[in-house]
Amino acid sequence: MTADASARPIRVLLAKPGLDGHDRGAKVLARGLRDEGFEVIYTGLRQTPEMVADAAEQEDVDVVGLSILSGAHMTLLPRIVELIRAKGLDDVLVAAGGIIPDADVASLKAVGVAEVFGPGTTIGQVATYFRDHARRRG
Amino acid sequence: MAELADRLRDAQAGDRRVLARLLTDLEDGTLAGPELGAVFAAGHDAHLVGVTGPPGSGKSTLVNALIRTWRGQGRRVGVIAVDPSSPVTGGAIMGDRIRMMEHAGDDGVFVRSMASRGALGGLAAATWLTAGALDAAGYDPVVIETVGAGQSEVDIATLAETTVVVEAPEMGDEVQAIKAGLLEVADVIVVNKGDRPGADRAARQLKAMLSTAGGRVARPAPPVLVTTATTGAGVDGLAEAIAAHRAARTPERRRVHAAELVRRALANRAIARAVAGPSWDETVAAVADRRLDPFAAADALLD
Repeated sequence: MTADASARPIRVLLAKPGLDGHDRGAKVLARGLRDEGFEVIYTGLRQTPEMVADAAEQEDVDVVGLSILSGAHMTLLPRIVELIRAKGLDDVLVAAGGIIPDADVASLKAVGVAEVFGPGTTIGQVATYFRDHARRRG
Repeated sequence: MAELADRLRDAQAGDRRVLARLLTDLEDGTLAGPELGAVFAAGHDAHLVGVTGPPGSGKSTLVNALIRTWRGQGRRVGVIAVDPSSPVTGGAIMGDRIRMMEHAGDDGVFVRSMASRGALGGLAAATWLTAGALDAAGYDPVVIETVGAGQSEVDIATLAETTVVVEAPEMGDEVQAIKAGLLEVADVIVVNKGDRPGADRAARQLKAMLSTAGGRVARPAPPVLVTTATTGAGVDGLAEAIAAHRAARTPERRRVHAAELVRRALANRAIARAVAGPSWDETVAAVADRRLDPFAAADALLD
């Protein structure tokens, strides 16, 4: 029989929105979260906000993690949150990581990015945050 | 939570969020037996196409190319893509979707990634249920892509109506082609990466070896095709071969498939009922204390 609800792995969509071509960090995080017991769906590079929102909807994920290094975060991240919410995915946790200046963090949080993880964040910290803040279902 | 009939109706009407949540509930095992039955009762007899083969042979890229062909024919395509769960942590990385992103934003395509969650046959335990839900929602064909399969992950053949086995060139000599297992359950064999050296030779070898099947093997030798999924070469021909296989479906094949579904449903219901029954704890304790053997326990629980 299937496991009880508490044993159900948390589903995470990891995406690289925008045009930057470096996904080593996202892949390391995908691997690290796998080792922490998460089910990680990795969509690869150069995703438009629409692609990310569509994938989040079809995959019914608990968490959307966005890795962005290009500097376009103030354009792309609010748009992704907006599209995700427009699909009625109100309880999906959206978090970001990458190169995001401290000065932008407050504005991103104001539009619904729950947390921003900068360089030096450990995988354990991300995993703990996701476990503490991802929706609980059942 | 909304009634299942409402959820199915909304999913059929194109509400993808409702369908996605339904797939989650099926995967997590939170629906009751009659609800599971209703999912199948709402089905449209979609063509279930299994795509299996070794890791890196190009299954996801080939599915992506097939979706393009089917969309050109105006068909709505559902995909369940299974990747393995870690036996250590239960975690998984699912990357099949990467190859299918060109169809993002197309309302006629629904792709769902699924971790195998401990099942060993190349699928997850609930894959057959989620495929049933995509059928109920009006997707046809419904493609089930297995985990990267080695030689004996053949569960897909009992579930899919048409099983496509994808190989790549240089996967071994003729002896690999005559070993028991995956190739035996293929309805269509594809040598993908047709632009690589040795692809045509691999296809010839497979054809030659498979054409000699005899003895107790009743089924005809499967067609062997060469494709290059990245360019689309040969993919329309593959779609034709898949369609031809369905067109040749016999009543006997339908009966075998139906028997498999009943067997799965029976196991599902019998276990659920026994576990929820009044004597489950007591019976398990008796087996733990060696007062009862497991088969006597099962008989007692079924009575």
